[in-house]
Amino acid sequence: MTVLDIHPTTSAVLADPPVRRQRNMGQFLRWLLLFAGGIAMVMPIVYMISTSLKWPHEVYNINLVPDEPTLENYLYVLEDGRFYGWFWNSLLIATLTTVSNLFFDSLVGYTLCKFRFPGRQLVFIAILSTLMIPTEMLVIPWYLMSQSFGWLDSYWGIMFPGMMTAFGTFLMKQFFESVPDDFIEAARIDGLNEFQIWWTVAMPLVKPALAALAIFVFLGNWTAFLWPLVVTNSVEMYTIPVGLSGFGDEVDVAWELIMTGAAISTIPTLVVFLIFQRFIIRGVVMAGLKG
Amino acid sequence: MSFYRSLSIRHKQIVWAWTFLTVPVLFYVVIRFYPTGNAILISFQDWNLLGERNWAGLDNYIKLWNDPVFWKVFANTFEYLIIGTPFSLVLSFIIAYHLDKTRFLHSTLRMLYFLPFMTSAVAMAWVWRWFYQGVPIGLFNNILASVGISQIDFLNSTTIALPSVLAPAIWAGLGFQVIIFMAGLRAIPTSYYEAAKIDGVGWWTVLTQITLPLLRPTMVFIVVFSSIGFLRIFDHVYNMTTNNPGGPLNSTKPLVLMIYDTAFNGFNMGYAAAQTVVLFLILLVISLAQLRLLRSD
Repeated sequence: MTVLDIHPTTSAVLADPPVRRQRNMGQFLRWLLLFAGGIAMVMPIVYMISTSLKWPHEVYNINLVPDEPTLENYLYVLEDGRFYGWFWNSLLIATLTTVSNLFFDSLVGYTLCKFRFPGRQLVFIAILSTLMIPTEMLVIPWYLMSQSFGWLDSYWGIMFPGMMTAFGTFLMKQFFESVPDDFIEAARIDGLNEFQIWWTVAMPLVKPALAALAIFVFLGNWTAFLWPLVVTNSVEMYTIPVGLSGFGDEVDVAWELIMTGAAISTIPTLVVFLIFQRFIIRGVVMAGLKG
Repeated sequence: MSFYRSLSIRHKQIVWAWTFLTVPVLFYVVIRFYPTGNAILISFQDWNLLGERNWAGLDNYIKLWNDPVFWKVFANTFEYLIIGTPFSLVLSFIIAYHLDKTRFLHSTLRMLYFLPFMTSAVAMAWVWRWFYQGVPIGLFNNILASVGISQIDFLNSTTIALPSVLAPAIWAGLGFQVIIFMAGLRAIPTSYYEAAKIDGVGWWTVLTQITLPLLRPTMVFIVVFSSIGFLRIFDHVYNMTTNNPGGPLNSTKPLVLMIYDTAFNGFNMGYAAAQTVVLFLILLVISLAQLRLLRSD
């Protein structure tokens, strides 16, 4: 017994239970606060969906669960027809832009990473320097350009500025660094041409980066507002954000309808996120830190 | 083809590289560089889109300098930055720091914080706009009323409107910053913490002497990323104040909204272009400051 009294570490062990209890309390409190914060974070989204399921007379009631849930608002908004069109426009534009970025950004990134040719450094710095140019500065010249080429109020007009991005190019270049030159050399000896090497050998090796890029580009184009607002004139050509913005003004105080429109524009990306959660967060970190 | 065969491997590579780059180089020249030059050019012209383009020298910039609305807008833009950046930096660090130490339902918690990042700014601006309405419509005022506090006219007050508009922008970006911070925290080698533990150092010392200094590159990234975002704020302001964009009395109007108004409602292209050049210069200074900060590491 005497040993216990002298030995410093064992006396520390004896002192452990209350300390540990205190630590557990701290842990629990930490978790509780984080959980409360997390619930607060999603509240606007939850309220949006909850209100979209309410009858007009219940909208001013702050209860979270509607007394008599209804899909009436969705039927009303969709019957109107415009939201179908805007949804389809956004989906088409975001998809095509994403495909274009995946193709061109990775092709350019690959070329700048794996080829040695005169002008390489110049092209790289030129593309990188466009990161410094804010979109807002280009909106006026793009508008004038669209006007003279007849691109105003067309899909191409909405899409053309985003067909390639310096961010995506830089991201892909970083990831192609990890593809061993030996693989490319071996494919060259096997008689593949350079395009085949890029497409069949290098591209499959950077799939995670391609996925991360796809998420960023798609989300960016799905939610883009300023340029689509400027370049579209007719209601049929609006994207979801532009349509929603005008719709909100039009129905004025019918908040249940506005919330329904907002939900229609938000739910698709939320569903995609909930399915690929782990994957998307990893992609965001990758793109954020490497890009 | 026989010409191609006669080339050395090195020359073949050059041919391939430029074949791959033709379309992209054309794209960057026509869609990025030419418009940049064009914007600068237009900023020295007087042009209302329909009439003639006339050289105006520095007139647009002088007009801007003497425009009280511009200085109001300039101050607003920096107010968005000065409130938004520190607020979201501190908040996201606190969340990430504690989230990093939590195991139970870790990924669920992380998901809750990240979810707002996946929403569209326009949709959420309308949701928050609804929250801000007066009794009996808006959620916030209903809550205030139920605990007996007098109403706040969030979006119609010249002092509170700007932070009210900023709140959803901070909210939406927070999740991204938390995730980046957590990646930064994970990247700190555990051996530092083990050494501190052996030395019996307290958590505050560990935080200020190990964690924060090693997180500096992450913080620089987040500060620059969010600064640029707040300086370019537009979607939230436009949608929360559609009845009077940038109002009340220009108290929420940021630079991008002034550009949009001048160009596409006033059709004063030269004047709007001069404003975009100012925005460009502000962002350029911020980006160069970042490079400076990173290099001094």
